[in-house]
Amino acid sequence: MGGFFKSSIGRKVAMALSAFFLMFFLIIHLAVNITSLFSADLFNELSHFMGTNPLVQFALQPVLIFGVVFHFIMGFILELKNKKANGVSYAKNNGAANSSWMSRNMIYSGLVILAFIVLHFIDFWFPELNTKYVLGDMSGMHDGEYRYFHEMVEKFHNPLRVGAYVISFALLGLHLAHGFTSAFQSMGSSAGRKKTLQNIGKAYSIIIPLGFIIIALFHHFIHQH
Amino acid sequence: MNLTLKIWRQKDSNAKGQMVDYKVTDISEHMSFLEMMDVLNEQLIESGEEPVAFDHDCREGICGMCSMYINGEAHGPDRGITTCQLHMRMFKDGDTITIEPFRAAAFPVIKDLVVDRTAFERIQQAGGYISVNTSGNTQDANAIPISKHAADEAMDAATCIGCGACVATCKNSSAMLFVGAKVSQYALLPQGQVEAADRVQNMVSQMDLEGFGNCTNTGACEVECPKGISLDNIARMNRELMKAALK
Ligand code: HEM
Ligand code: SF4
Ligand code: FES
Repeated sequence: MGGFFKSSIGRKVAMALSAFFLMFFLIIHLAVNITSLFSADLFNELSHFMGTNPLVQFALQPVLIFGVVFHFIMGFILELKNKKANGVSYAKNNGAANSSWMSRNMIYSGLVILAFIVLHFIDFWFPELNTKYVLGDMSGMHDGEYRYFHEMVEKFHNPLRVGAYVISFALLGLHLAHGFTSAFQSMGSSAGRKKTLQNIGKAYSIIIPLGFIIIALFHHFIHQH
Repeated sequence: MNLTLKIWRQKDSNAKGQMVDYKVTDISEHMSFLEMMDVLNEQLIESGEEPVAFDHDCREGICGMCSMYINGEAHGPDRGITTCQLHMRMFKDGDTITIEPFRAAAFPVIKDLVVDRTAFERIQQAGGYISVNTSGNTQDANAIPISKHAADEAMDAATCIGCGACVATCKNSSAMLFVGAKVSQYALLPQGQVEAADRVQNMVSQMDLEGFGNCTNTGACEVECPKGISLDNIARMNRELMKAALK
């Protein structure tokens, strides 16, 4: 079994497994955030639950961090190996004749997502860790009410940040437009090549990023000072 | 028609190659691409120059020897064909055609457009066969029931001619379409079961050893493959390797 994950195919399987976890996580994350469009209270409660539940914090969160780090490090490793396998490049290469732009540029869409994840961590995750584990304030309260909704709205005032979010999620959409079905193929299932899953993949890679984009734009334009 | 050709010239495997421009005139649209190359070479021989080395054998699309990356695509712009089956009617008078060898670290250039594809042979030797005792009492193959569906799929996989267009096309120089086909043609049949686990493990590790890249499922290989080998074969190989690892 150890040899398996050292093989080219094993690495791909590991890549797909981490991607499946990330895609599952995105659904949960969007489901929580979408509540902020219609109920600050519900959003606050869900955020507080996610932020303080020990199962989420100490079981799911470490798996998530590991999944993200594993996914992009393995992505880099595979990219470097593939560059090396490539040897001399062609003087003329017509990639568009046989494959999609998304499939040929996973590393670039991935790099934009990575830059976004760094920004996102600085925006939300580090302050959150600071409040909860450095300052030791697990109440989730500020001035007598839940702080999560306000903190988020605060972030989306800056149009530059909103712009960065929109662009990043557009690239996430492109990453997933290839990645969703690709992950099934890597796992040895031809289902990713059938119409049904291709349509589900298309829907997923549009709905998920669009959901996040709408949330960012909504709070930017609705909660102007 | 009259054409400008930009061709990769490289004296030997150690030499540093470069693109060189040539002109050919009065090319008939009924010629095959290789016949056009023959015309060029006769021209070169007459003027005392070194002809362009390129691989070919059957010239009818079954041996897989002819290679060449033509205008940015393996075997040129047409679909479901090898270079020997590519017709000059795919081009127009006055066109410039770029002709390069198949590129991959595992396919080093020997000379000009000729590359070393013996890596494929070593992958085959690692497991692309079944061990049958042929000492006079071989079992009649027709005595083994095989579903039509499996037989068809195995036959489709077996049509791979080992040309290497999949590798040349792949942005990762991955050989997984070739190896997937070679694993599948046995994995689908009862005769292939006995050695199935060893076969896929040995062929995949030889493939990795030869320095081919990792498939990222762009699907480019399937489009450029002269035999239309399906990506399903790669999925099947991945399944076979997972099964073997869990054994
Ligand atoms: C939430 C974030 C992300 C999600 C949901 C995601 C999703 C996916 C999926 C589904 C695949 C296809 C897996 C397969 O074919 O087996 C994939 C592949 C890949 N991802 Fe990501 N990804 C994310 C972030 C990143 C980041 C940050 C990078 C960093 C560079 C990255 C780089 C890559 C690369 C290089 C591939 C391989 C290309 C391929 O195999 O087709 N991804 N990703
Ligand atoms: S899979 Fe297709 S492109 Fe690849 S070696 Fe076989 S016939 Fe050639
Ligand atoms: S020369 Fe045999 S396939 Fe082209």
